[in-house]
Amino acid sequence: MSEFLQQLINGLSLGAIYALIALGYTMVYGVLRFINFAHSDVFMVGAFIGYYAGRHLPQGTVWGGLVAMAAAMAGCALLGMLIERLVYRPLRGGPTLNVLITAIGMSLFLEYAGQLVFGATPRAFPTIFPSRVMEFHGLIISMNQVLVIVVAALLLLGLELTVFRTRIGTAMRAVALNPGAAQLVGINIDVVISFTFGLGSALAAAGGVLYALNYPSIDPLMGVVPGLKAFVAAVLGGVGNIPGAALGAMILGMVETFVDGSRWSTYKDAIAFTILIGILLFRPAGLLGRLTAEKV
Amino acid sequence: MRPPRHIVALAGAVLAALALSLFSDRIDPYFLDVLTGVGINVILAVSLNLVNGYTGQFSLGHAGFMSVGAYLSAAITVLWGPSLLGADGGTAAQQGVLFFAALVAGGLGAALAGLAVGIPSLRLKGDYLALVTLGSGEIIRVIFQNVDALGGALGLNGIPAYTTVFWVYSAGALTVFTVACLVQSTYGRGFLATHDDEIASEAVGLNTTRYKIVAFVVSAFFAGVAGGLYGHFKLTITPTGFDFTKSIEIVVMVILGGMGNTVGVILAAVLLTILPEVLRSVDQYRMVLYSMLLIALMLARPKGLFNFDYGAICARLWRRLAPARPAGGGPGAR
Repeated sequence: MSEFLQQLINGLSLGAIYALIALGYTMVYGVLRFINFAHSDVFMVGAFIGYYAGRHLPQGTVWGGLVAMAAAMAGCALLGMLIERLVYRPLRGGPTLNVLITAIGMSLFLEYAGQLVFGATPRAFPTIFPSRVMEFHGLIISMNQVLVIVVAALLLLGLELTVFRTRIGTAMRAVALNPGAAQLVGINIDVVISFTFGLGSALAAAGGVLYALNYPSIDPLMGVVPGLKAFVAAVLGGVGNIPGAALGAMILGMVETFVDGSRWSTYKDAIAFTILIGILLFRPAGLLGRLTAEKV
Repeated sequence: MRPPRHIVALAGAVLAALALSLFSDRIDPYFLDVLTGVGINVILAVSLNLVNGYTGQFSLGHAGFMSVGAYLSAAITVLWGPSLLGADGGTAAQQGVLFFAALVAGGLGAALAGLAVGIPSLRLKGDYLALVTLGSGEIIRVIFQNVDALGGALGLNGIPAYTTVFWVYSAGALTVFTVACLVQSTYGRGFLATHDDEIASEAVGLNTTRYKIVAFVVSAFFAGVAGGLYGHFKLTITPTGFDFTKSIEIVVMVILGGMGNTVGVILAAVLLTILPEVLRSVDQYRMVLYSMLLIALMLARPKGLFNFDYGAICARLWRRLAPARPAGGGPGAR
C-alpha cells in the first residue's frame, strides 16, 4: 500500500511537469492549429536560464528559487514571442506541411544551437530551492516533489483565471473558436497569438526549472523526450482543451511512473507513444475534446 | 518489339553499378565509402519521397523502418550465415545469394512493420500523422533496445562486410525505377490525387487510405533494404543510430530536393551526404545549418531548392544542341 502511495506521489509530480509543458502545446494548437515542435526546446532553454540565474543567487532559499524561476519564465516568454514573430508569423495561413517543417526546423535549431552555446555535456542543476526529504508513515516525499505539485497547481489556477476571467483570455478563446470572426469584432489577432506564445513558453520554462530540480542534470537535448510526452498528454486530454491537457498529463505521469516501477521498466519510453496511437485510434478527439466535422 | 525505355534504363543502371564495382579495387577506399553512403541515402530519400512527396503524407519514422531492415538482415547473416555457409565462409556466389535473401527479408520485414504502423495511423493527417510515425519509430527503437539476442542497447556487432557499390547502386536503381513506374502508372495517379486533394479524391471514388498504405509499405520496404545495406556497410548497428535525428536527415533530403521530384531528391541526397564530408572540420555546426536551412527554405522557397522540371530542362538543352531537328520534340519532352 505504501509503495502504491509512493508511486502515486512520484507520478503526480511527473504529471505536474508534463501538464506545464502540455498547456503550451494545447494553447498554441488552440489558436493556430499547429504543433509547435519548438516548445520542448523552449522548456530546455527555461531550464538553462534557471541554471545560470540559480548560480548567481543564494542556494537553498525559497525566494532565490522563485527569482530564478521568474527569470526563466520571463526569458522564455520573450523567446517564445520572438520565435512566433520571426518564424511562424510569415507562414501563417500557409500550407500545414510547411508550418510543421518550420516548427521541426526551429526545434532542431534550438537544440543544436544550444549544444554550441551551452555545450553538449550534461550539467548538474544547482539546488536553488531548499531541499529536504520528509518521511511520513514510510512515505518518502522530497521537498522538490511538493514544490513541483504546489507550483504547478498555482500556475494552472493562474492560467485558468487568465483564460476565463480576463479580457485577453476571452480574446484568446475567441481566436481559438474562429479567427476570422474574432478579427471582425475588433480583436487584434497578432497580439493575442503573441500573448499565447508568451504565456505557453513561460509555463514551459517553469516546467523546465521544476524538471531540472527533480532530475538534476540538464543538457541541450533534455527537452525532446518530455516534450513529446507532454504533447501526447495534450492529445490524450483533447488538444486545444486546457483542462484536458492537465488531465492527460496527470494520467500519463501516473502510468509512466507505475510502468517504471514494474518489471517492464525498460519499455517506459514506449508507453507514451502506445497511448498516443491507442487514443488516436479509438478516440481521436481525446478524452475531453469534441470532434468537429471537416468543412469542404 | 523494342523493350520499354524504363526497363532499358534499369538494366543499364545495374550494369553500370556492376562495372563500377569491378573496378572498385582501383578506386580510393575513402571515395568508395562516400559513394556507398550516397547510394544508401539516395534509396532512403527516394523511397521516403513516395510518401512525403508524391502522396503528401508526412512520415517522420523512416529510420524506424530502416532499423527493422538493418536488424533483420544482419540477424540473418550473423546468426544463420555461419551455419549456412560452413566454416570456410562459402564462395562469393553463396555469400551473394545469402546477402540477397537477407536484404529481401529485411525489406519484407520493414514492409510488414510499415503495414502494421500504416493501417492504424494513416487515417490521421498532417501533424498527427507526423507524430504517430515518429512515435512508431521510437517504439521500434525501444523494442530493439530490449531484444538481447540482437545486442540490446549495445547493438549488433560483427556483421559481415557484404555491401558493395554494386549492391547499393542496383538497389538504388530499383528504388528509383519502382517509384517512377508506380507514380507514372494509371494506378499511381491515385497517389498524386491523394496529395492534391484528399476530399476530392474520395469524392470521385478513390480509396485514399489504401493508396496511403500502399505508398507507406513500398516506402518501408526500400527503407528496410537500405537498412540492410547500411548494416553490412557499417558492420555494427545500434538502436540509437536509427533515432529521430536520422529520420529528420532523410526528411531534409526530401524537402530540399522538392517533395515529389525524384531527380531533385536524388541531387539533394547526394549533396547532403557529401556536404558533411567536405565540412568535416565544422561538423558541430552541421545540424545548426540543417535546421536553419529548413526554416529558410520554408520561408523563402517552400517548394525545395532543387525542384525544377528536369524533363523540360533536358528538352531545352537538347533543342539547343540539335537545332536542325524540328521544334517541339526532344526525347525528354513529355
